[in-house]
Amino acid sequence: MATHEKIHIKTTINGNPEEFLADPHTSLLDALREIVGLTGSKEGCLDGNCGACTVSVNGRIVDSCLVLAAEVDGQNVDTVEGMANSDGLHPLQQAFLEEAALQCGICTPGFLVSAKGLLDNEPDPSEERIRHWLAGNLCRCTGYNNIIKAVQKAAKNL
Amino acid sequence: MQPFAYTAPTTVKEAVEILTKHGDKARPMAGGTDLLVQIRGGKYNLDAVVDIKKIPELNSLSNDSKSLNIGAAVPCHRIYEDPKISEDFPGLIDAAELIGGIQIQSRAGIGGNLCNSTPSGDSIGPLIVLSAVANIEGSNGKRSIPVEDFCTGPGSNALENGEILVSLSIPNQGSKFNSAYERFIPRNEMDIAVAGVASSILIGSNGKIESARIALASVGPTPILAKKASESLIGKEPGEAAFNEAGAIAKTECSPIEDMRGTVDQRKHLVEVLTVRTLNKSLERIGG
Repeated sequence: MATHEKIHIKTTINGNPEEFLADPHTSLLDALREIVGLTGSKEGCLDGNCGACTVSVNGRIVDSCLVLAAEVDGQNVDTVEGMANSDGLHPLQQAFLEEAALQCGICTPGFLVSAKGLLDNEPDPSEERIRHWLAGNLCRCTGYNNIIKAVQKAAKNL
Repeated sequence: MQPFAYTAPTTVKEAVEILTKHGDKARPMAGGTDLLVQIRGGKYNLDAVVDIKKIPELNSLSNDSKSLNIGAAVPCHRIYEDPKISEDFPGLIDAAELIGGIQIQSRAGIGGNLCNSTPSGDSIGPLIVLSAVANIEGSNGKRSIPVEDFCTGPGSNALENGEILVSLSIPNQGSKFNSAYERFIPRNEMDIAVAGVASSILIGSNGKIESARIALASVGPTPILAKKASESLIGKEPGEAAFNEAGAIAKTECSPIEDMRGTVDQRKHLVEVLTVRTLNKSLERIGG
């Protein structure tokens, strides 16, 4: 039955098992940032427009501000922190740097996770497909052209 | 967010019991992409959020020669990623592919879109022209109602206290039937319709239109089944003359308001244009 007590959540984040306690009303975004300590995912609009909080749950991108932490019990969560490895940056991150696809950077983690969600399943997307896929991510300073170029470059390099 | 309890029942019976007990202080959650925004905005003061995704019937999706059955919690991506559903029901796919962005489509479903009952709900018009039926269950048992009777006002619907939408059933009307949905928005993606129109036509063995449905979004307090425009098509040769006439009639069957998205005249004009376009697209999809 429903209670307001904290919920014990066992999940896998970026391939590592994680266990934590969260209030039933805690969003996945708040749990990641404030409980697990992964602050890469950003809070923007809190209503599903901006995509700054995008993470992947079981391989599908979601706005983590619109997911309850309780819902990811037993699920696999991947965040921007899981993209680079000991060999260096992920090709998408490298391409964002080379194509100057960011200025203030607050939207960047969301764009990276979204773009990875596309390239993981579709290695050679058209420009139109990339633009459609990234419509749920907003950037208010760079504009989108360099971001699209970066994703196209990463697709070639992957 | 204000505190609430979270529960994820695994049977319809259990969900109905919790919702009945809490009344207005509990809400079912499928994708949560509307509900969590509404909670943050102060629309509800809830004791409990009832996650319905773990109930098997609400998460099942089946499509056979007779009908398509969509569990109320099935997210949009599962619908448009199914090649057979895409082939059989392109008018529904038109909507499933444009509700929010990819992130939203991972979670949001057609059941939730219907239960939110906004006049602009993109999937409601397509459901109406596909003659979809809403299968509901509550403490008094099961009942089914046509989707055109589901919404009763902006944000309100036929669900009684404790009742939940279990699934949507859409009849498969064969290869001489098809449908389409189009909306007008100022941006290319991620926006709320200024006006939207869904249409469907069934061509009889004599080559004439045997039945037709036209539904209008964002131009009244609920999505509207434009009955006169739909009936005007019956018995007609499918094509420009009949479609233009239906568009002109559909324009008279809506009651749009003027707001920041558009004026009354613009919305009525859009209804006419989109009616003709979606009828043409339905006919194209039927093919030779």
